[in-house]
Amino acid sequence: MSLPGFGRRMRALVRKEFIQMSRDNSSILIGAVLPLLLILVIGSGVSLDVNDIPVAVVMEDSSPTLRDVLSFLEGSSQFSPVYTASMRDAEALMQDREVDAILRARSDFTPNLYRGRASIQLILYGVDSGRAAVIQGYADEALAMWEERHPVDAEGSGQPGGIVIVNRMWFNEANSSRWYFIPGLIVLIMTIAGVFLTSLIMAREWERGTLEALFVSPLGPGEILAAKIVPYFCVAMTGFLLCLLASKFLYRVPLRGSLWLVVSGTVLYLLAASGMGLMISSATRNQFLASQVALLTSFLPALVLSGFIFDLRSMPGFIRGIGSVLPSTFYMDLLKTLFLAGDNRRIAAKDCAALAAYAAGFMLLALASTRKRVA
Amino acid sequence: MSSEPAVAAKNLSRSFRSRALGKTVRALDGVSFEMPSGEISALIGPDGAGKTTLIRVICGIVRPDSGRLVVMGADVTKSPRAVQGRMGYMPQQSGLYDDLTVQENMDLYADIRGVAPSDRSRRASWLLGMAGLAQFTDRAAGRLSGGMKQKLALACALAAPSDILVLDEPTSGVDPLSRRELWEILRLMARDERMTVILSTPYMEEAALSGMVLVLNEGRVLFAGSPGDLSMRARGLCGSLMPEEGVSARALQSRLLDDGETIIDALPHGGGARFILRPGASLSDVRIEGSRGVASAEPRLEDGFMTLLLRPGASGPARGGRASPSPAVQGQAAGETVIEVRDLVRKFGPFTAVGGISFGVRRMEIFGLLGPNGSGKTTTFRMLCGLLPATGGFLRVAGEDLRFAASHARMKIGYVAQKFSLYGNLSVRENLRFFGGAYGLHGHKLRERIEEAVERFGLGEYMNERCSRLPGGFKQRAAMASALLHEPEILFLDEPTSGIDPLARRAFWRSITSLAASGMTVIVTTHFMEEAEYCDRIVILDSGSILAIGTPGEVREGTGGAPTMDEAFIRIVEDSRGRNAT
Repeated sequence: MSLPGFGRRMRALVRKEFIQMSRDNSSILIGAVLPLLLILVIGSGVSLDVNDIPVAVVMEDSSPTLRDVLSFLEGSSQFSPVYTASMRDAEALMQDREVDAILRARSDFTPNLYRGRASIQLILYGVDSGRAAVIQGYADEALAMWEERHPVDAEGSGQPGGIVIVNRMWFNEANSSRWYFIPGLIVLIMTIAGVFLTSLIMAREWERGTLEALFVSPLGPGEILAAKIVPYFCVAMTGFLLCLLASKFLYRVPLRGSLWLVVSGTVLYLLAASGMGLMISSATRNQFLASQVALLTSFLPALVLSGFIFDLRSMPGFIRGIGSVLPSTFYMDLLKTLFLAGDNRRIAAKDCAALAAYAAGFMLLALASTRKRVA
Repeated sequence: MSSEPAVAAKNLSRSFRSRALGKTVRALDGVSFEMPSGEISALIGPDGAGKTTLIRVICGIVRPDSGRLVVMGADVTKSPRAVQGRMGYMPQQSGLYDDLTVQENMDLYADIRGVAPSDRSRRASWLLGMAGLAQFTDRAAGRLSGGMKQKLALACALAAPSDILVLDEPTSGVDPLSRRELWEILRLMARDERMTVILSTPYMEEAALSGMVLVLNEGRVLFAGSPGDLSMRARGLCGSLMPEEGVSARALQSRLLDDGETIIDALPHGGGARFILRPGASLSDVRIEGSRGVASAEPRLEDGFMTLLLRPGASGPARGGRASPSPAVQGQAAGETVIEVRDLVRKFGPFTAVGGISFGVRRMEIFGLLGPNGSGKTTTFRMLCGLLPATGGFLRVAGEDLRFAASHARMKIGYVAQKFSLYGNLSVRENLRFFGGAYGLHGHKLRERIEEAVERFGLGEYMNERCSRLPGGFKQRAAMASALLHEPEILFLDEPTSGIDPLARRAFWRSITSLAASGMTVIVTTHFMEEAEYCDRIVILDSGSILAIGTPGEVREGTGGAPTMDEAFIRIVEDSRGRNAT
């Protein structure tokens, strides 16, 4: 195989893909427009922030200090407090779902506070666990902020402890769940563009019988696959760029890590995703089946098992095991770290290494499954 | 030129696990043959004979389980790419990119095969000129007519100079004119470029034009040799006869086929009938009521092919349906006009597909609708069966005006689509129940009609088989049975014999003939011109208008006595196009 011949064949095939793409807008729609649409719609529409949470407040201690501690209830749009005389009244309200939470300070709150052992009881209506977690987060944070403003003297660690557990929103000081969503959305969009597009496009050639004609030609299987990847890789990278711009200028999500790490992680993930897509299409040879398989094996796991919506740590061990080996999980971890925490060399190296291994593995498998045979 | 064969196969075998049939199929079963270089070799045989598998093995995209195959001096199983670099290939699905233009398709295949850019455009315009596509270079391949598509696919397979050209049914579903043009290109390639051409085809007359013929049946080679030798297999066995006044050619053919002692095959031909004698029988044994002038005839390749396939021991053609008159349509007057078409027009935007045609179809007629690809034949057909509204004109089908009573009229017609349209994962019985129910049949009546249909089409043993697992010919019969459940007055058949082998076609036409005899009116489209001989009357369309109408004999005479229907068709269409061009 001569090198100039290889170059010309590749150029012909890649040009063909681009012409087809420009005639059939659906791939550009999926690859570039859909990402933008998704990030606009989901980014601005979906948010886990909750407002006007009805809370029953039971103040058994009537000191001004406690009033001050609990002043956050009045000053924010997040809470709408209902002051009750006794715990019994509060429990009644909770039973009727008039309130979503009970905040109770016992009569020894103020003395304990100065001994550093103060506690405030937070009782949550646990049926809606997601909402409960958000409320708890808000309460935690408000109390922590009060403390910051009032460093307690004496023993130093005057933490209002007890029900209040350590808050995980370290890097989300704006307390906007959108900041979590944007990196996750990018992962989803790259999965659609990578796996979905490639698997559909290749399955189409199987279906229409055009691949059979390409097989009986000097083209090698590697050339056929490479020519498929190049154009759709470009489309997906365009989609990625649009997402990046939207997150920076529209949602003002900080990018604390380095841009080149984000880009190279994305390149690796896209290669892995296209390899997977090519494999799926070679195995199914049918557009409908390919799209179903791609949905089940790439998009849904990326949505559910990668830590995008549900925290992996709260899943049963077996499912956590599946989730933790998915390429999308590594990519998600990498993006979240880079966006919200900054360059963490150790995490970035681990994730990139995993993605590179997946990219190489899927490409080899795709090559092996496209052997220039129709049967 | 070396005398070394272009293709040498020794004991090739290949089996497939067929999920649809639930068993292993031996597509190739110890196949050995040699094909000469620099000539056209044709591969013929019934459906499922292994033709496509053999073609793919030759191209190196299916690996044989065992055996040896040398193509152009290289072992294909070991080094497929060595052969593929010197090979042009046109798969059955044509391999064209529908969303690319004619020129872009050509350029792509030229670049892939490494044609130097300087030669590329010269060769492309030469090939496109030959294929009659020179003025369509900017049109998307998906918007070409069927015949033009096949010619473009052939041009793409020839985009680079190759030593060997392999084509899988390049002329299937293509009209006689385009087919002749395709063959002119192939013969030019073999003669002037010394190219070896291997193709499979359902047309026997094409095989007769080749240098070498290979007959496959059930994965085995039945014959390998010259077309002349194949014809000679039927030497002394062929004869013809003419009908007496008032007897139709079709009736003669039926009577011939009924005489299984003496006759193994019969066809309507040239106003009379042709037949093949059972080996050992003689012309004097042929005594057919209503016939005259029994004479011997020159054997043709098709006769040799039929003799091979129908010889004792080989699996014979499934006998067609019996001629049991359908009670519902009996007693109605023959000759009454059941379809009336006046000034029928259909436009698609500014394009006029059908430009004001008029004709009538009488009860109990078999009426053939013929025309080249893109002639308006399909459009007319679809308007007749109510699938497409007319833009203008008058159309009455079975006494109903389709503009106002389309659904009512549809109860009186049966329709068999070109594509198999029964549910593949339902059994024959379940399909019949469903389609019967869709026409409002139920209970006792439905059961009765299903029983009748099963009897008529001999579907008994397949009733509980899934439709996807039926053998090709039986799929066709099941589709016919379901279209006839509601006892329509008129049956519409859209290219019912496309992609069906000669044996199944015989059986199919037998059941059509018996249906017409029992009072049904049949409208049929086809690309097999010899099938026009089965029709009582035919109409030939081109550019949306009628070029000829009448009995097959009248249409042939109108051209100054063309010997075959194929020839008559080509003359009529070329005459009309020539007149329009000047």
